[in-house]
Amino acid sequence: MALLEVRDLKVAFTTADGVVQAVRGLSFDVERGSTLAIVGESGSGKSVATQTIAGLTRGAKVTGTARFDGIDLIGADQEVLRGVRGDRIGMIFQDPLSSLHPYYSVGWQIVEMIRAHRDVSKAAAQQRAAELLTLVGIPRATSRIHDYPHQFSGGMRQRVMIAMAMALDPDLLIADEPTTALDVTVQAQVLDVMRSLQERFGTAIILITHDLGVVAEMADEVVVMYAGSVMERAPRRTLFYRNHHPYTEGLLASLPAHGGGGSRLTPIPGAPPSLIGLPPGCPFAPRCHYAFERCWGAKPPLDIVHDDPLHQSACWLPDDAQGRRANLAALTGEGATTSGTIASGTTASGTSVDGATRVGPAASAGVRP
Amino acid sequence: MVRFLIRRLALGILVLWLITVAVFGLFFVAPNNVARALAGRQATPETVAAISHRLGLDQPLWKQYLDFVGNALRGNLGFDYYHQVPVTTILGAALPITISLVLGAALIWLGLGVFNGVISATHPRSFTDRSLTAFSLFFYSTPTFLLGILLLYVLYFRLTLAGHTAFPAGGYAPFSGGLTGWANHLILPWFTLALVSAATYTRLTRASMLDVLGEDYIRTARSKGIRERRVVVRHGLRAALTPIVTQFGIDVGGLLGGVVVTETVFSLPGLGKTAIDAINQQDLPVIIGIVLFASAAVVVANILVDLAYAVLDPRVRLH
Ligand SMILES: Nc1ncnc2c1ncn2[C@@H]1O[C@H](COP(=O)(O)OP(=O)(O)OP(=O)(O)O)[C@@H](O)[C@H]1O
Ligand code: SF4
Ligand SMILES: [Mg+2]
Repeated sequence: MALLEVRDLKVAFTTADGVVQAVRGLSFDVERGSTLAIVGESGSGKSVATQTIAGLTRGAKVTGTARFDGIDLIGADQEVLRGVRGDRIGMIFQDPLSSLHPYYSVGWQIVEMIRAHRDVSKAAAQQRAAELLTLVGIPRATSRIHDYPHQFSGGMRQRVMIAMAMALDPDLLIADEPTTALDVTVQAQVLDVMRSLQERFGTAIILITHDLGVVAEMADEVVVMYAGSVMERAPRRTLFYRNHHPYTEGLLASLPAHGGGGSRLTPIPGAPPSLIGLPPGCPFAPRCHYAFERCWGAKPPLDIVHDDPLHQSACWLPDDAQGRRANLAALTGEGATTSGTIASGTTASGTSVDGATRVGPAASAGVRP
Repeated sequence: MVRFLIRRLALGILVLWLITVAVFGLFFVAPNNVARALAGRQATPETVAAISHRLGLDQPLWKQYLDFVGNALRGNLGFDYYHQVPVTTILGAALPITISLVLGAALIWLGLGVFNGVISATHPRSFTDRSLTAFSLFFYSTPTFLLGILLLYVLYFRLTLAGHTAFPAGGYAPFSGGLTGWANHLILPWFTLALVSAATYTRLTRASMLDVLGEDYIRTARSKGIRERRVVVRHGLRAALTPIVTQFGIDVGGLLGGVVVTETVFSLPGLGKTAIDAINQQDLPVIIGIVLFASAAVVVANILVDLAYAVLDPRVRLH
C-alpha cells in the first residue's frame, strides 16, 4: 500500500463569478520515501490539490479520497487533521520570507511546531531546533535560533522552513515550489538539503514545480496537471523519453535546447482555460496541435499507454507513433487553416511526435539517464 | 532604531515648541489687554495692575516668552485669578477624573472592539459578522451626548422612578473614597465613551485581521498543526495589532486633554468640563494650561506609539 493514495479528488470554490473547479478528478499515489513531482502551468490546481489533502483549503466543496497511511484525510475531522499536519505531513512553500512569521524568532517558530505535537520541555525543543538548523546547513545555529526571519538570506530562510517542516520526522513533505523564489545559485543547494534529509529520514516528497530541471533532478514519478486534471502520469525517465500527451510534449519543447540553469517553462502559445463552466471535451484542445473532432466532444480518461501500467495519459491520440503520425497527416490534409499551426508547432519545438526522439532537449536539461 | 526614536523625540519636542509659540502668540501678543483678559471679567483695576506687573508686560517680547516657557517647564502654569489658586491646582483636581474616565473607557472599548473584530474576521460574512457590524455601526453613528443622555434616562431616571437606584445621576467620587463608589459613578460615562469608540476598533480589528489571516505565515501556522485559536491569536492578532495600537495611542492621547461631551453630560469635573467652564468664564490662565497639557498629552502619546512599533515589530527594532 502506498503512503498516500489520492483518488478522484475534486475541489470547487463558489465565487461571485460562478463555481471555480480548481481540481477536477485527481488521482495519484506517493510511495514511502519516494518523490512525486507535480508540474503544470500556473493555475492548474497544484497548490489547491495539495493543500486540500493537508486540510488547509477553506470554503471549498471537496470530494474524493486521500488515504494517508490508512486515514482518509478528506473525510477526517479537524482534530485528526491537525494531529497529522506538522507531525506526519510537513509543508514548505514558495516564498520563505512571507511564509515565516515576521514577529517571532526562527527558534520560537520551530519550538512551537515541536511542542504542538510532543510533550517536551522548552529547553529540549530549543536544543532540537538548533540541531535541525545545523542539519540544514545553517552555521552557528545555537545563536541563530534567536534571529528573526528578516535577518536571514532567501536561501537560509528556506533552509529554516525545511528544518521546521522536517522537525518531527514526517512521513511526507509537501514542497510547493520551494525554489521558485530563490536565486538560481542557491536553488541547487536547497534541493540538496531536501534530498539529503529525505535520504536520512526516508521521507516521501510531493514536489510542486514549474521547473523541469528540478523534476529531472529530484523526481521518481511525475504527474502533469492542466486545468485541474491529470494529463499524464509516469516515472521520470518515461516522462522525459517516452511521453504521450501533447501537453507534456509542449512543456518539454519549451525547455531551452542548450539551457544551463534556466530550464523554466516558457509558455505554450495560448492560455489555460477559465475554470468556471469548462466546456466538455479535452481541456487542452484549444491549444493542442493534434486536436481532432473527438477531442471537442468528450474529455479523455486517464488511461494506460504503451502497455506500461505505470504510464498513464489522458488523450484520445493513438498510442503508437505510427498511429499518431497518421492522425496528424489526416488532420493536415483536412484543411489549410489548422495546418499552419501544426507545422509551426512541430518545427518550432524541433521534435517529432514520437516521445522517444526527445533525448536531445531532455538530456540537456540535466536528466540523469 | 535608536536613531528612529531620537528623530521622533526631536519631532515631538519641535511640535511642543511650536505649540508654546502659538499659545504665547495668541494669548499674549494679541492686540488686547492681556492683563485684563487674564484677570477675568470681574477683576478690579488693582488686580489688573498687579497682573501687569507680575507678568512683566513691560519687558521685551522675547524675555516674556522665555519666562513663559521657563515657568511652564518648571510646572508653573500661572495663577488663576478667577478662583484665586494656581492653575496647576485646578488641573491637578480635574486630571484624575479625566484619567479615570479615559482609561476605564479605553479598556472597555479595546476589549470589546478587539474581541468583536476578531470574531467578525474569523467568521467573515456570517450572521455573527453581520450582526456585529450592524451593532458597531449603530453605536458609531450615535452622537455621544445622545447615548449618554439615553443611558442616563433609562438606567438612572427610569430605574430610580421604578424604585431602584443603581447609578448616580452624575458627579464623581474619588478613588481614595473606595473602589465601588468610584466605579459606580463612572460606569455609565465609561460605557457612553466606550460604546462609541468600540465600533471604530471593531472595524479596525476586523479589517486588519482579515488582511493578516490571508498572509502566507498564517497558512504556515496551520500547516504546523497548532490549534486554530492559537493560530488566530498568537499568529494572527499579534501581527494585526499595529494599526490598533496606533489608533489607541492617538485616541487616548487626544482624550486625556478632556472628554468634553461625556464629562458635561455626566457632570464630571474633569479637564473637558473645566475647559468649558473656563471658556464660559473667560478664565484665560486655565484655558492656556489645558491647551498646553492637552498638546503635551498628544505629543507624548505619539512618541509612545512609535516606541510601541519598535516593541511590536522586530523588523523595526533590529534595524
Ligand atoms: N479560495 C479560492 N477561491 C476561488 N478560487 C480559488 C481559490 N483558491 C484557488 N483558486 C483558483 O484555483 C485555481 C488553481 O489554483 P492553484 O493555486 O492551485 O494553482 P497552481 O497550479 O498552484 O498555480 P501556481 O503555479 O501559480 O501556484 C486558480 O485558478 C485559482 O484562481
Ligand atoms: S485529447 Fe485531443 S486535444 Fe486533448 S491532448 Fe489529446 S489530442 Fe490534444
Ligand atoms: Mg501554486
